Amino acid sequence: MDLIYSLPQLALQLSKDFFGVDLGTYIYILLKTLVLIGCIVGGLQGSVAYLTLWERKLIGWMQIRMGPNRVGPLGLLQPIADGVKLLLKELIVPSGANKGLFVLAPVLSVAPAFAAWAVIPFSPEVVLADINAGLLYLTAMTSLGVYGVIVAGWASNSKYAFLGAMRSAAQIVAYEIAMGFALVVVLMVSGSLNLSEIVNAQGRGQFADIGLTFLSWNWLPLAPMVLVYFISGIAETNRAPFDVVEGESEIVAGHMVEYSGMGFAMFMLAEYASMWMIAMLTVLMFFGGWQAPVNWAVLAWVPSIVWLLGKVFCVVSMFLWIRASFPRYRYDQIMRLGWKVFIPVTLVWLVFIGVWMQTPWNIWT
Amino acid sequence: MLENYFPILLFIAVAISVGAAPLVLGRGVSLLLGTHRPDSEKLSPYECGFEAFEDARMKFDVRYYLVAILFIIFDLEIAFLFPWAVSLKEIGLLGFISMMIFLAILVVGFIYEWMKGALEWE
Repeated sequence: MDLIYSLPQLALQLSKDFFGVDLGTYIYILLKTLVLIGCIVGGLQGSVAYLTLWERKLIGWMQIRMGPNRVGPLGLLQPIADGVKLLLKELIVPSGANKGLFVLAPVLSVAPAFAAWAVIPFSPEVVLADINAGLLYLTAMTSLGVYGVIVAGWASNSKYAFLGAMRSAAQIVAYEIAMGFALVVVLMVSGSLNLSEIVNAQGRGQFADIGLTFLSWNWLPLAPMVLVYFISGIAETNRAPFDVVEGESEIVAGHMVEYSGMGFAMFMLAEYASMWMIAMLTVLMFFGGWQAPVNWAVLAWVPSIVWLLGKVFCVVSMFLWIRASFPRYRYDQIMRLGWKVFIPVTLVWLVFIGVWMQTPWNIWT
Repeated sequence: MLENYFPILLFIAVAISVGAAPLVLGRGVSLLLGTHRPDSEKLSPYECGFEAFEDARMKFDVRYYLVAILFIIFDLEIAFLFPWAVSLKEIGLLGFISMMIFLAILVVGFIYEWMKGALEWE
């Protein structure tokens, strides 16, 4: 263990010796950051690959099937087999497509889905960029994802792709408003845009003082916001039951219909990375992030990152559970839910929390 | 202060390459190992086996445009609410009431849109 902790110092010293003090420090910082980014990106790609397997397994079990079990023990090599298959597929660029935009679209959808992870705190100490405008950056990055979909739909020059992209854009922007209002309510009670601070603020309160931390988390006073945020998150990522964008039975695969091989894989990568992102944000903002649910001595040995990842895994499994349980919404129902239910509910709750904070019973001082 | 943002810049660059690298790799692998035999049928837009007719860039429902306009209004509103929400504990009752007046004006607009049927899809 001592060796692992002394490695960064050793690397810094080596770099200083080799490049001189000033340049060496810069190069050391650059390399250190790149290694950390590599850890996050690599971990995320692995999580995405195995989320696809977990999705098929879980939905299989829910429908009393086995799920994939041929490739490797318990089907554990299935994601790798899928990846290799997609890599070897022929790449087709339709003759009527805008070639440049057609190739650009998958990159446009993957890049923001990954870049958003830069500001996520994984535990009190482990955070790549602990910036004060963390939440602002996150909302900016998650909003950019819609460009990938629109550009893909437009560049494909296909009717299905175009219809899918129009639907997707309208749906994503409608639910983004509800999500934004839910975030504003979280900001009101935590008073900071810094994600670490938002998590720490949830650990303070009367319940936390007597050891029942989970009753101090935001989900209890902001219960309607949790529902709105999570359901909007499902709609934002175009998951079932809000997946009219790629509704297989009517517009085949929506904006992705003309993509094959790696181009298609990139859209899938972006979709699953966004699912992890929404799950992570739900946990950080409403379920106390890395905090243990109860502050008892018996649980003190559990590292904080285990709590965080455990909670995130539960929320991601909720996505899959919902997909297995609900039939697809009609498009007019989706738009009605977004505009006529979620936005009024969030507005009312925003005012309610605001008034609550002006009274002597304010619990967020 | 600014050095906190350096990892983010680097991360965005890495994220773009995460998107671009598999595409380049996939192109290379399919050129080397895979088949690449395009023909005019394969490269035509997919339309459930029918010959593609008309242009895909067709007229679309004006309501999508309307939704986009409404989105801009509400998203701007949220952009105004962000700094207010962060500093709510410091600005007290006066700050709270001023924002409620602002919200009330927007809610009147929202009710008007609703009554006009701008949010209807059938």
